[in-house]
Amino acid sequence: MTKETILKQGGIWAFIVVELIFFSVAGEYLSVSDKAFMDFDNMLLLLKQSAPIGIIALGMTIIMINGNIDLSVGATFALSAVVLLDSMTWPFMAAMGDWSIPLAWGFALLTGVILGAVNGLLVWKTGVDAFIVTLGSMLGYRGLVFMYNGEQPTSHLNWTLVDFAEAQFLGLHTATWFLLVAAFVLWFLMTRTVHGRNAYAIGNNREAAVNAGIRVGPHIMWNFVLIGFLASLSAVVFYSESGSVNPNDGMLYELWAITAVVLGGTKLTGGYGSIISTLGGVIAIQLLRKGLGHIGADTETVNLVIGLILIAVLFLDRQLNRKGKEELKI
Amino acid sequence: MTDPIPVLRLEDIVKTFPGVRALDGVSLSVLPGEVHALMGENGAGKSTLMKVLGGILQPNEGQIFIEEEPTVMTSPMHAKAKGVVFIHQELSLADELSVAENIFLGELPLKSMGRVDWKKLYADTDAILKTLNVGFDARTRVGDLSIANQQMVEIARALTVDPRAVIFDEPTASLTDAEKVVLFDVISELQAKCVGIIYISHRMEEIFKMTDRISVLRDGQYRGTLITADTNEDEVTQLMIGRSLDLSRSASEHELGDVALEVRDLSCGDLFRNVSFSVRRGEVLGFYGLVGAGRTEIAETIFGLRAPTGGKILLNREEVRITSPIDAIRHGISLVPEDRKAQGLVLGMNCRDNMTLPQVDDLTAGPFVSDGAEVAIFDQYRDKLDIRTPGWRQTVGNLSGGNQQKIVIGKWLSMRPEVLIVDEPTRGIDVGSKSEIHNLIRALAAQGYAVIVISSEMPEVLHVSDRIVAMFSGEVVREFTAEEVTEDSLIQAISGIRGDKVA
Repeated sequence: MTKETILKQGGIWAFIVVELIFFSVAGEYLSVSDKAFMDFDNMLLLLKQSAPIGIIALGMTIIMINGNIDLSVGATFALSAVVLLDSMTWPFMAAMGDWSIPLAWGFALLTGVILGAVNGLLVWKTGVDAFIVTLGSMLGYRGLVFMYNGEQPTSHLNWTLVDFAEAQFLGLHTATWFLLVAAFVLWFLMTRTVHGRNAYAIGNNREAAVNAGIRVGPHIMWNFVLIGFLASLSAVVFYSESGSVNPNDGMLYELWAITAVVLGGTKLTGGYGSIISTLGGVIAIQLLRKGLGHIGADTETVNLVIGLILIAVLFLDRQLNRKGKEELKI
Repeated sequence: MTDPIPVLRLEDIVKTFPGVRALDGVSLSVLPGEVHALMGENGAGKSTLMKVLGGILQPNEGQIFIEEEPTVMTSPMHAKAKGVVFIHQELSLADELSVAENIFLGELPLKSMGRVDWKKLYADTDAILKTLNVGFDARTRVGDLSIANQQMVEIARALTVDPRAVIFDEPTASLTDAEKVVLFDVISELQAKCVGIIYISHRMEEIFKMTDRISVLRDGQYRGTLITADTNEDEVTQLMIGRSLDLSRSASEHELGDVALEVRDLSCGDLFRNVSFSVRRGEVLGFYGLVGAGRTEIAETIFGLRAPTGGKILLNREEVRITSPIDAIRHGISLVPEDRKAQGLVLGMNCRDNMTLPQVDDLTAGPFVSDGAEVAIFDQYRDKLDIRTPGWRQTVGNLSGGNQQKIVIGKWLSMRPEVLIVDEPTRGIDVGSKSEIHNLIRALAAQGYAVIVISSEMPEVLHVSDRIVAMFSGEVVREFTAEEVTEDSLIQAISGIRGDKVA
């Protein structure tokens, strides 16, 4: 790793440290509870709570490095959750007892893969911008969620599943493990494999990638499959524990995921970004939420502050990375 | 005219960036009615100097005088108000707006309540267009105009004020010969109105035809001003690079091999028709013609980026079907594209990854890309092509044009191609690196590669080619061998004046 990349990718971690210090100190004076902010259990919980958006954000990183965007992940998340919970109530599944669990997971993940593949194929074959395609599928997939069960929540609580989801291994919750393993696998995918290399190249300069004989379409398609899979994985992790999904669940998840990705330094224009930094972005956002809650701010304030910080961070980034000072300020 | 007051004078301009002295005491004066050439290699400081003049950058030291009045330029708008206007190489026009709106962008004539006075706008615009003698009117949509006419719009924009000095930055870069004539007429007219002109260009031909004096920059330093009539190309080149550039003819001394690539009656719609040629191993085949003659399009068709509408491509005497770059690469055809940055390189990636891009599929160990194999390839071609970079981790976007081009060439050489097509091998590359690239092309031919070189620069084509195909308006006009070709016959051929076909 060169000094340059450490500087660029280290920013988000420095920001996290600042947050930790700030909330610890501020918590001393403002907190309503007398528990310290940097409590170990509190931090473990924070990681667990980061997982649902975090897993999606990992997928979004790949999509954005590749030069695309996926707005349909929230709807994919919800539809996969519906499939997960509802499938366990189907007669033949119910008859299988706890063996229905892996099958239900399979159904849910398959749902995500299919929805992702549909997005990918549309982007690849029609050439329509990913923003538009996934804007359409966001609405369409959400429509499917409502068609499934109307305005009613879909519920099914399986205690084996709940036990699994609430389990802790080496201190970390199940959801955290999913997040970390997914991050590790994807980090490897993006930094060590041909697919990752080509994804960066396509995002950075699509024409040069075509001229180098890279099959651009399939790479784009696989990335959409991957983010679809991750959105459903996120649903599997979350709803195994909660056991009930509202048709509006997962709304705005796409925007939270993009926020985390951008905060982590991945460029909207593609070709640049890192899985690990996204993990940092996810944790930074969750820290902000928790920290602001800790010092007594309400939810509305939290969103306002996160919004302001996002803009401030990107402005700072722009100032630091501006090439020379030749750019015009208008 | 005895001692006329210069319309524009720069005195001892110094501009430093962190770690670099981009301009180191540059002085320049432009007399009324003078065309003053500003020359220098890429990175010599021309652009920085113009940015200082336009108020985009503030100099650390030195002063700008307009008609001997000290002036501090604060912005391009301010410069324009002072009568100093720029015609940039890259056009900055809004395609969807009319000519008139573009010309008066930001200063549209207004009526009460902020409404645009269209009548006055169109009348004023047509008045300006009339002086330029162009074939379009104020209401034309700019996107519908040719590049040359769009440039005229840029010039018209400069004429909305009474300019005292006009700076042309590489104005002929994308113009055909006929269009150049119109541009030169406009420049002459400005000259007649006692406007001072700074003319930035790399093209010696134009410089010697158009300008009165030539000022040369090198490494941010002022190297002197020559009177055009009293100097020659060698002297200017020497000032620019500190030595002269060898562009003598250099036909192959080695044996030529078999025919590697043959093209028969290849056509692609209106772009080019019935093009036939062949290139042998060890040979450099040059393609020369005007912009738009169809040279690049032929290369793109052979490389699978365009679908031909007729004809055959034969490789090693066997017909091949190429429908995508993937096919072309598999058959051993490589293309070093015209626009290195947009088409050839992934600028945000490092040197090594760029070089191994087309073959990274084959450099794997298990599911992972093998670092070792990649670095080995990079090291091999870095040494072979003498690529100067601190290491493979260096981002390609930070390299100089010459080194970037070598990365693209290395990328294809490492694939061991049969045919290497190089489109505009030295565009945007400074004079020093140019000869390196030329030598490299010759050396590749000597090693037995079949090389096709497409170029708009005649000295370059003459220098590197064993044979030259002259194209005009989508057709091959004539083929020359290195022995028989002369500058005159080549110019005639590409201008559509059919030379005798007694080859």
